[in-house]
Amino acid sequence: MNWRAIQALMRKDLKVVLQNKGVVIPIVLLPLILFIVIPGLVLFIPSATSSANNNDLAQLMAMVTPGLRDQLVGLTPDQAGAVFFLVYMMAPLFLIVPLMVSNVIAADSFVGERERKTLEALLYTPTTDGELLVGKMLSALVPAIIVSWAGYVLYSVVADLASAQLMERALFPNPLWNVIALWVAPAAAGLGLTSMMLVSVRAKTFQDAYQTGSLVVLPIVLLLIGQIAGVLYFNIWLALGLGLVLWIIDAVLLFYGRQTFHRSELIARL
Amino acid sequence: MTDPVIVASGLGRRFGETVAVDQLELTVQAGEVFGFLGHNGAGKTTTIRMLNGILTPTNGSSRVLGLDPMADGPHLRTRTGVLTETPSLDERLTGRDNLAIYADLYRVPKDAVKARVDELLTGFDLYERADDKVGGYSKGMKQRLALARTLLHKPEMLFLDEPTAGLDPVAARQVHDMIVQSTRQQGHTVFLCTHNLVEAQRLCDRVGVMEHGKLVALGAPRDLARQLVTNLTVDFEVDAEAVPAALQELEGKGITTSVAQQTGTISVRGATHSAIPDFVNLLVGAGIRIYGVTPQEPTLEDVYFALHGEQPVQRNSAEVIQ
Repeated sequence: MNWRAIQALMRKDLKVVLQNKGVVIPIVLLPLILFIVIPGLVLFIPSATSSANNNDLAQLMAMVTPGLRDQLVGLTPDQAGAVFFLVYMMAPLFLIVPLMVSNVIAADSFVGERERKTLEALLYTPTTDGELLVGKMLSALVPAIIVSWAGYVLYSVVADLASAQLMERALFPNPLWNVIALWVAPAAAGLGLTSMMLVSVRAKTFQDAYQTGSLVVLPIVLLLIGQIAGVLYFNIWLALGLGLVLWIIDAVLLFYGRQTFHRSELIARL
Repeated sequence: MTDPVIVASGLGRRFGETVAVDQLELTVQAGEVFGFLGHNGAGKTTTIRMLNGILTPTNGSSRVLGLDPMADGPHLRTRTGVLTETPSLDERLTGRDNLAIYADLYRVPKDAVKARVDELLTGFDLYERADDKVGGYSKGMKQRLALARTLLHKPEMLFLDEPTAGLDPVAARQVHDMIVQSTRQQGHTVFLCTHNLVEAQRLCDRVGVMEHGKLVALGAPRDLARQLVTNLTVDFEVDAEAVPAALQELEGKGITTSVAQQTGTISVRGATHSAIPDFVNLLVGAGIRIYGVTPQEPTLEDVYFALHGEQPVQRNSAEVIQ
């Protein structure tokens, strides 16, 4: 592997991507809303968490799974609400960030390159197919993971500040979120990337690819609904299992995506 | 010109039912400027792609600079430079970034990148706009930048696909000079795809003409012209007063003529080399004094149109058809 060429590919893709508003807006806006605005609401609208009473707590306890109920036992209604919202409800939403960031960058990198008619010159360079693939994958993966980890740090600070008066201890960092950030988020970024590799075979434009690729967030939405409906709750074991499943899906999708990522196939599609 | 740098044997490529290149047999010598001519879709670009190992042939094989393009593609591409038909530049990046990134991809030594990029930006008259985004460049500037990118790694062999398309005459001249310099002074080989027949005639040692994926003619432009264009136009310089008599003699024999009235030059169309003495005898026999006989050498344009069964536009604008 020629790492200098891979770095050059990443530099090129990231410089180009960061000038596409269609890419930058979701990369900036989504983490901003999830990691600052939503936990900030808890800080700036104290009534959101401090007005809970025993009836609310009883309703919440009735709604969630027994496992989650055990986590909330011994907390005041306000504390239970804060823990439920900031720790458990936000966990699946956090995964949308690596998924979407890698997905949208990969759409621009794989399909946008073809749409802008810049792919042919790239294929005439001495880079191997493997280097091209690794360069393009890292262009999408690295920013997605960086944004996720930076987002986790930012979210921890904002959420701890928001719940400081309410809680006796800091909620973040905690083991569940550490597993989500370090194990599940990179796998989610991989899912966004590998699914886009498959979409890119048929998509003609960046917009086509982006819209089709966005469907990959549906499983995350199902996780969220499952938790609200009391079907499951995000504990460490679920996070570890989810991460494993995502990594396996990534490997399978990468295997199929790799089959179509040959110069001869790419140039024939131009 | 010594060793062959391109050898294609039965090279072909199909896309479904469409045959893009059919059984191409071709040899190009080192240091040669080889012109590859043909209509759009004739198979020129597909051939370049196969010769650089980025498109798998469906049949046949090739060797370029002694390497198998499919097996040694990355190594081969460190030694070839390809100018694509469209400039294929990242328009959201600056001209300098476009070159610097490709210098890394082409494995230009790290410590030489900046100097090489600056040298090419200056050489192609782009230095002043080097830090502007390419999206704001004119078509000619983009083409020059794409050419500069092609030369970044000092390739031994250049594949140029329509290098002067969209360039103004001055910029086109610069490209021609670069090609001449590259071959005559540095010994590089140039594989030139062009629609511009004047350009091909001027620059190419040999040309190949593609039609529907097949190579239908191959040779030096002059040889091809002699071989394929048998109907010459021959100019006879005579006394202006003798023109009517000369025309009468020629037309009496059913020969198609035209005349430039101011100079007294009679052009005889559809002649063959062997018939020239007969025309001279005919006119001299009629008492007409001849001051000069000039067979007009057929051009590549004549060859091209002869191959495609079409008539080129007449070159002598002063003539009056009789």
